[in-house]
Amino acid sequence: MKIDSSQISREKEIEKLKKYKYGFSTEIENIKAPKGLSEEVIKFISNMKKEPQWLLDWRLKAYNRLKALKEPDWQKPKYPKIDYQDLYYYSAPKSFKEKPKSLDDLDPKLLETYKKLGIPLQEQKRLNNIAVDAVFDSVSVATTFKDKLTEKGIIFCSISEAIQKHPELVKKYLGSVIPLTDHFFATLNSAVFTDGSFVYVPPGVRCPMELSTYFRINASDTGQFERTLIIADKGSYVSYLEGCTAPMRDENQLHAANVELVALDDAEIKYSTVQNWYPGDKDGKGGIYNFVTKRGLCKGKNSKISWTQVETGSAITWKYPSCILKGDNSIGEFYSIAITNNHQKADTGTKMIHIGKNTRSKIISKGISAGFSDMTYRGLVDIAAKANNSRNYTQCDSLLMGNKCGAHTVPYIKNKNSESNLAHEATTSKISEEQLHYCQQRGLNSEEAVGLIVNGFCKEVLQQLPMEFAVEAQKLVGISLEGSVG
Amino acid sequence: MLKINNLKAKVEEKSILNGFTLNINPGEVHAIMGPNGSGKSTLSNILSGKKGYDVSGEILFENSDLFSLETEERAHKGIFLAFQYPLEIPGVNTSVFLKTSLNAIRKARGEKELDALEFLKLVKQKSKDLKFDEEKLNRQLNVGFSGGEKKKNEILQMSILNPKLSILDETDSGLDIDALKIVANGVNSLRRKNNAFLIITHYQRLLDYIKPDHVHVLMNGKIIKSGGPELALELEKKGYESFS
Repeated sequence: MKIDSSQISREKEIEKLKKYKYGFSTEIENIKAPKGLSEEVIKFISNMKKEPQWLLDWRLKAYNRLKALKEPDWQKPKYPKIDYQDLYYYSAPKSFKEKPKSLDDLDPKLLETYKKLGIPLQEQKRLNNIAVDAVFDSVSVATTFKDKLTEKGIIFCSISEAIQKHPELVKKYLGSVIPLTDHFFATLNSAVFTDGSFVYVPPGVRCPMELSTYFRINASDTGQFERTLIIADKGSYVSYLEGCTAPMRDENQLHAANVELVALDDAEIKYSTVQNWYPGDKDGKGGIYNFVTKRGLCKGKNSKISWTQVETGSAITWKYPSCILKGDNSIGEFYSIAITNNHQKADTGTKMIHIGKNTRSKIISKGISAGFSDMTYRGLVDIAAKANNSRNYTQCDSLLMGNKCGAHTVPYIKNKNSESNLAHEATTSKISEEQLHYCQQRGLNSEEAVGLIVNGFCKEVLQQLPMEFAVEAQKLVGISLEGSVG
Repeated sequence: MLKINNLKAKVEEKSILNGFTLNINPGEVHAIMGPNGSGKSTLSNILSGKKGYDVSGEILFENSDLFSLETEERAHKGIFLAFQYPLEIPGVNTSVFLKTSLNAIRKARGEKELDALEFLKLVKQKSKDLKFDEEKLNRQLNVGFSGGEKKKNEILQMSILNPKLSILDETDSGLDIDALKIVANGVNSLRRKNNAFLIITHYQRLLDYIKPDHVHVLMNGKIIKSGGPELALELEKKGYESFS
């Protein structure tokens, strides 16, 4: 029998699509900056976004600093050298040259895309009590629920809009947690960031709904450099969630976002991430490089920042959402589930920097590796000399599936204060044949059984997610490990 | 219902079952008694579909070849094994596990899955019937359960899944007399004309509470004697030695 090779590749495509349901791309005409990184490109971006001079100067300062910085190479997962001159740093749907005034002005193709992703922007208004900001390639396309938030004085918009409408807030806080000289990827982001979300919650206000941003990389050869800035003023509370997906492409795509959180006195920020960027195919071809800098500053006394992340996607995940506990009695938390399958790699964890007195931090990390993947937990707990009576509790659990994957735990502990107290626990386990057999005897197939056991393993972290997303995350955990049991 | 014909099983070249033959009809309770190492657990493992055995012979369950069915497919068809050592699954709530299990089986059979409320009603009733502490349903599956609680949990699962063939692998071992009675009552209350039980045990004790229709003595991987309930008593008196 003769087999048509195009037929085979088509079937392969279909097979791939089944595995990663977000793997479609949308045909939309884009405006792109010229390829490569240069002063001209940065000026182009700034100009496209009609930015004030101070911001352009800030970007250029970052760019000049970048020239002196070296790409770090201490991480466990290695990757081929990235040619930064071969990337597009700005890509926006053509229809956005003039920013749409309302959802009705949106390109129907974009709306269709978000519908496919399960984010019906229009219906969202009525259905859920979740405000969404959607970022497509480099620009924010729509923010829902604006009116309801405005009533309370809450600002939730794209960072581009914030730069225009609330420059005093942006100017004051942008780069205040991640300085533009911080490190290679963070500095790169500062030079070329395109869009992202901005949140400001005024004093004493409890944000009445979940705020959510959905990031989507669509165009090819495009880096996505979004910038998120969240400020919780005195005594306020906000819970924020980001989700990420990308089409399947054979080449690797860089995603280097910066996220800065600032919590003033008695304020609390809860930041959750469900990261499901395209992880590459089962042979490790393609996928996103997720090199993200996320840092929260507990600036005021009694403030609290809590990071929860479910990291299932990306070819390489390399990030350490961190807390600087500057205010006395402030609290930092990090809850993480990282799953790697096939040839995925992750080097993730957190940094808890205790500066204020009576500061507390808690780290719960659950790493699951399957297939040929490799997972590293790397975390720093740093207690400064004056951080009297500070406490940290760290728990790192690794679960291995099969015998071709790896799990590593690298905790760094610096304690300069004798009154403070640190505890670190780590476990490594495997899913036992007996556990699987027990579940299968109760009618679950092997994948359902693995899903159940893994969800149990991750429960402490899943519980931290806002309810609306916990179910989705649970399913994602199961899907990510599909095909990992033989 | 279950026909085992000349079953042989090896693990790493070591013969464990050597021509085991047994027929179980609907409505019957069979007890298999045997000393340590006679092949009792291997039998229950093979019936449930555990991998790692080199097997020959034939097992038919309601006329389908058991060897061609995956573990979960056997469960869907109505085979239930009460484990000798029930497994702990950290982080998984007992009632969530039970509901997942019941609905997986119902779905495979083309039956409607139970929603949370329907399930809650069912599990409450069954827990009450079995004097199973409802509070345990909210605990992680078997984590921190005593030996007796784990075994009672197996019987609770059995009563909720309502299988056609229940295999009890040394469910009585490690139970105090009160727990033993609860387990026995559970089995007795589930006895129907259309289901069957295979009770694997060391001791005659359990059979004081569950009246078997047939008792078989298993030694060196095959049944060496079969009889009625009186055989268990004889065995208790004379010991396994006298049969060898």
